[in-house]
Amino acid sequence: MEFERLEAPYLAPDAKVARVMQQVLLALVPAALAHVWFFGPGLIFNLLIAAAACAAGEALMMRLRGRPPLRALSDYSALVTAALLAFALPSLTPWWVTATAGLFAIIVAKHLYGGLGFNIFNPAMAGYVVVLVAFPMHLNLWVAPRMGDIDYQFLTTLQTLKYTLTGVLPDALGYDQVSRATPLDAMKAGLNDMRTPGEIRSLPIMGDFGGVGWEWIGNFIAIGGFWLMIRRVIRWHIPLGVGAGLLVPAGIMWLISPGTEPSPGFHMFSGAAMLCAFFIATDPVSAAASPKGRLIYGAGIGFLIYAIRTWGADVDGVAYAVLLMNMAVPAIDRITRPRIVGHTKEEKAS
Amino acid sequence: MWPAILTLTVLALAAGLGLGFAARKLPADRSELVGRVNDLLPQTQCAQCGYPGCRPYAAAIVEDNEAINLCPPGGNDTVQRLADLLGRTGSPPLATGPAAPAVAVIDESLCIGCTYCRAACPVDAIVGAHQFMHTVIEQECTGCELCVAPCPVDCITMVTT
Amino acid sequence: MSGPAATYDLGKLHGGLRLPARKSESTALPIQAAPVPEQLFLPIDQHAGEPAQPVVGIGEYVLKGQLLAEPATMLGAPVHASSSGTVVAVEPWPVASRHGDAAPCIVIECDGEDRAGEPREKAAPYTELPANAVLQQILRGGIVGLGGAAYPTAQKLMHAASCELDYLVLNGAECEPYISCDDMLMRERAGAVVSGAQILLHALALDTGYIVVESDKPEALRALAAAMSAVGDERLALKQIPTIYPSGGEDQLVQLVTGREVPAGGLPTDAGCLVQNVGTAAAIHDWLQDGEPLISRITTITGDGIATPMNVMARIGTPVADIAQFAGGYTGGAKHLVIGGPMTGRSVSTDRVPLVKATNCILVLSELPAGGPELPCIRCGDCAAVCPVQLQPQQLAWYARADNEGELRRHGLTDCIECGCCDLVCPSHIPLTHEFRVAKARIRELDDEKARAERARRRYEARNERLQREQRKREEELARQKERARKAGPDAIAEILKRSQRDED
Repeated sequence: MEFERLEAPYLAPDAKVARVMQQVLLALVPAALAHVWFFGPGLIFNLLIAAAACAAGEALMMRLRGRPPLRALSDYSALVTAALLAFALPSLTPWWVTATAGLFAIIVAKHLYGGLGFNIFNPAMAGYVVVLVAFPMHLNLWVAPRMGDIDYQFLTTLQTLKYTLTGVLPDALGYDQVSRATPLDAMKAGLNDMRTPGEIRSLPIMGDFGGVGWEWIGNFIAIGGFWLMIRRVIRWHIPLGVGAGLLVPAGIMWLISPGTEPSPGFHMFSGAAMLCAFFIATDPVSAAASPKGRLIYGAGIGFLIYAIRTWGADVDGVAYAVLLMNMAVPAIDRITRPRIVGHTKEEKAS
Repeated sequence: MWPAILTLTVLALAAGLGLGFAARKLPADRSELVGRVNDLLPQTQCAQCGYPGCRPYAAAIVEDNEAINLCPPGGNDTVQRLADLLGRTGSPPLATGPAAPAVAVIDESLCIGCTYCRAACPVDAIVGAHQFMHTVIEQECTGCELCVAPCPVDCITMVTT
Repeated sequence: MSGPAATYDLGKLHGGLRLPARKSESTALPIQAAPVPEQLFLPIDQHAGEPAQPVVGIGEYVLKGQLLAEPATMLGAPVHASSSGTVVAVEPWPVASRHGDAAPCIVIECDGEDRAGEPREKAAPYTELPANAVLQQILRGGIVGLGGAAYPTAQKLMHAASCELDYLVLNGAECEPYISCDDMLMRERAGAVVSGAQILLHALALDTGYIVVESDKPEALRALAAAMSAVGDERLALKQIPTIYPSGGEDQLVQLVTGREVPAGGLPTDAGCLVQNVGTAAAIHDWLQDGEPLISRITTITGDGIATPMNVMARIGTPVADIAQFAGGYTGGAKHLVIGGPMTGRSVSTDRVPLVKATNCILVLSELPAGGPELPCIRCGDCAAVCPVQLQPQQLAWYARADNEGELRRHGLTDCIECGCCDLVCPSHIPLTHEFRVAKARIRELDDEKARAERARRRYEARNERLQREQRKREEELARQKERARKAGPDAIAEILKRSQRDED
């Protein structure tokens, strides 16, 4: 009898890129729910617009490159980029800002570099930075959580939708009525005014250790991240690296001078630091390859977040930190090549 | 704005001058480089590049900035490797196409034992005494074709391997 | 040494995978004796090294166990007749080692009587023979490694005898899914395995031997423990290792059992260990104690394309088709035939290929579930996490596609054992092992080219030196003549000129 020839191995592999991405999205759901609870439905609209923009960008680029669009869309990686953008951008964002971020992330940062697996820079962060520079006003409009401030107008769903579609605040509301400084903004401004973190922490926007609402979201992100680690979708090296890189310098400076430095807990739970540790920095394509390399990569990001927040102009340094470390990845990979079994350490260094 | 532009211009000029100085006054160790270029060449010693052997060609590449695409037996792979080693960008493809690997074969029935081919072989791959039959040692033949022309009875053919 | 053995964690293996065993189907029945087929096809190159040279002619009648082919070079093993019959041809026939393409085989038409030759006169027990004589005897038995690589055992032992060894390690791990022939051998013939171990200890003058079994084989462990306590040899110990693929690889086994790493490009003997498959040990016992050369072996025939998966004791040279028929025939969906295991086996195009010394498994599979299209590498790092040699398959694949030979070497491509673990975990379904095989072939090609170029360069330089030497000699000779002429004076020169003119006329 004749048979058909195959290449070894003859067992069916069961890992799939799509499943990896789907689990990442699943892990974001609790955090998304908390976000909507505290800050309103803006996140949902942003997600829809970003997803549409990313999917459109992906389909367009695959067509231009002469490939079937469905192959790229079916691995869900564009959707993950869209989700991260939705979390990173303020919940009150006009649709064109979100769409620009999504299109830039997919078209330029991902496909112009070669598509899935070839991008050097984290697409979501690249998209975010572009709109941060191009639409600085819109990216400073942060919704405050429900906190009983009588001057504050928490927008309804319809009002949020109207703003998202038109960019104009409905019902003659003013910007000061619908937005507040983020905890990071407040901390930075307060420190500049020579107030102590203790005093700043008494502001209504501050919660127990982070900001109101942001703490809960941070917790849910961490839970989602740990779930991903247990499922072995991500490995522990990058989150630990980012955490250590951020908390160690913050902790040391806080111990030295608690009157002028926010606590390490504040750093970790505000801005996108938690999201970065578990979801942004762990993007495997733009991260380092070896376990030791990933620790160094994560630590670099954490330290840069601290450095930019403390000494830099940007309020939340996550995006720039990630992009800077992306640039360092080839060098990190070269230095941290693991020792091959059967070789000595000296042989490895060539 | 103007101070910034001026600063950057001055920095760029300084960097450019520094690099140019380093390139001219601090050359790399030439003889070691010749050895490394020679190692990349296929050692066919066929003289198709115009030089009497691979090492002279290597020396010319390093010292006289000779073109790196003159070696047909090396193929485009060698052109690329030389470009990578010497940092020469825009390496053009071979001037002539790469030759298929071949060995010389002497037709023993025609050989008259004149030893002209033996003298021509740059790697001494032909054995045979005067007025006795000659033969090519197949494992050592590099396919350079230098033996084909001197043979007065045209008994040498190149057979592709 | 009785009772279950403790687990030793002297060494740890990086990576590896826990694979579904799929061995229960083929271990349900005891070893079945397959009948002698009508025709036996015996390839002359069933071993690593050069093919053996036939010493019988067409039409010759041969007896079971008769020598059919002798090794031609230092590295080779003899081939014996697996049954009695007439040699009808020495011709190309499909073989598994070439995926179904043909290689020269000695074809025997069996007469069905299975007549053996004159029993060898009882040689002295091996314990009285010097080690070298034992090795020579092993060579004559056609014994090769039965774990799959078929390296001629005698030559391996002779090389090992010249190394500093500390341990004998008998490999009963059998870590690949589906394969269970070593398991059944240990269950039913533990005594032969232990006896083989003792012969090996004697032949190499070693005093520590480990028989290593994976922990998913409790019956085999019990049988071996009982056999070892019956013999009471203090030098032997039984060890369990965790059931992780590929802990049965030579280098990996040495690492697990002794904690030592085999140096890159080296052999287990460089780490002081001699590793031998349990089947090889039993074959050594059969030859030295019972006079039967390597003419049969236990093979697992299994897979969802076979009606009755089982282990068979079959004669070397039996066509796979005959064994499949004995095992109940093919099921309706049988589509792929693999000789060897699901990770390291070879897929062949026809079942006419014969069972050879290296055949430890015949795997008949139905349609494999489609893995999906191949996506680009997402640098997830799962491949590096499972690689037992601590390579970075994602980097190797990148450089293999870029044909970057330097980086491939630097990242250890030649250390890859082609176990296939990285393939199974890759979410992008990149055929990594296949890429590495191709890249390794390319590197071998480049190495060959470099060696040739080096030789040509040396000959060129030697030739230049020779020409220069000859030139110098000529110049010296000329200078000497000039000097002589000058010393002789102007008259002598005129004399020479006159003489030469006279010659011309």
